[in-house]
Amino acid sequence: MATFSVHVTIENKLGISDPEGDTILNDLVLKGTHKTVSKIKTAKMLKFTIKEKDKKTAQSKVQEICDDLRIYNPMVSKVIIDVFEN
Amino acid sequence: MKVGVVVFPGSNCDRDMYHVLTDVFHFDAQYYWHEKGLPKNIDAVILPGGFSYGDRLRAGVIAAHSPIIKDVKKIAEKGIPILGVCNGFQILVESGLLPGVLLKNESLNFMCEWTNLIVENNNTPFTNQFKINEKIPIPIANGEGRYYVDDDTMKKLKKKNQIVFRYSEVVNGSSDRIAGVCNEDGNVVGMMPHPERAVESEINPIDNKPSSRIFESLLTTMGVSK
Repeated sequence: MATFSVHVTIENKLGISDPEGDTILNDLVLKGTHKTVSKIKTAKMLKFTIKEKDKKTAQSKVQEICDDLRIYNPMVSKVIIDVFEN
Repeated sequence: MKVGVVVFPGSNCDRDMYHVLTDVFHFDAQYYWHEKGLPKNIDAVILPGGFSYGDRLRAGVIAAHSPIIKDVKKIAEKGIPILGVCNGFQILVESGLLPGVLLKNESLNFMCEWTNLIVENNNTPFTNQFKINEKIPIPIANGEGRYYVDDDTMKKLKKKNQIVFRYSEVVNGSSDRIAGVCNEDGNVVGMMPHPERAVESEINPIDNKPSSRIFESLLTTMGVSK
């Protein structure tokens, strides 16, 4: 068994408004000199530490946890899962 | 007419709800801690407002996994009236008993103010004493109260008459100004505003009678004359 760090990013699906991201973009970033930025999306990240036999199993186990326990609300959010071996 | 008030870690409107149920409308109410079960002879269940588990992860989602929710689901299937107010509504949504999701208010602010609701469905155990389009002055107090459903779910809500309350004007960016919905059978109702803060004239500066009809509707459902 190896130990993996699994990063779960929960972000809004396309089309779901993100007023926090819009505010950061319009009222902070674009008011400065950073005019090349066109979009900012906020997200929440959970970092799991998990022991599994391999990277693939670690990813599928965390995905299963996210689905079973509604870590994200599938109506408005999606999860992006990145696995790193410790 | 036993009414259960479910208490989660972080509930903070449970006592107000209990007071209104017992002292104002004379229900036989009892608190039920979220780790315990509900009795089989319960006549109605209310999930009060608050900040269960400090709104961690997402408002209502952790409480939705509480042991008592299994019993709430069982009694929902039997057609027993269930009302979720504010955080209670969020818990009902996250447990899958009601459709949709409650997102952060469009302003990103915690909103604590008086609003007006419009009754859209008077065929639930909590609205049967209203006329359609009747106005209810009632306060909101939430940070994650923006009701959202996707287009397919919205069509279904309208087709099945599941929209119970709308705000009379845009308040927080909710889809179609929705403030409360019910399940397909109509016995499970969720609403963001707080009727327990509006039924007594001492704390309602506008008109306490419309909000009172939410509890009078439940009395009528239970066959108790007012």
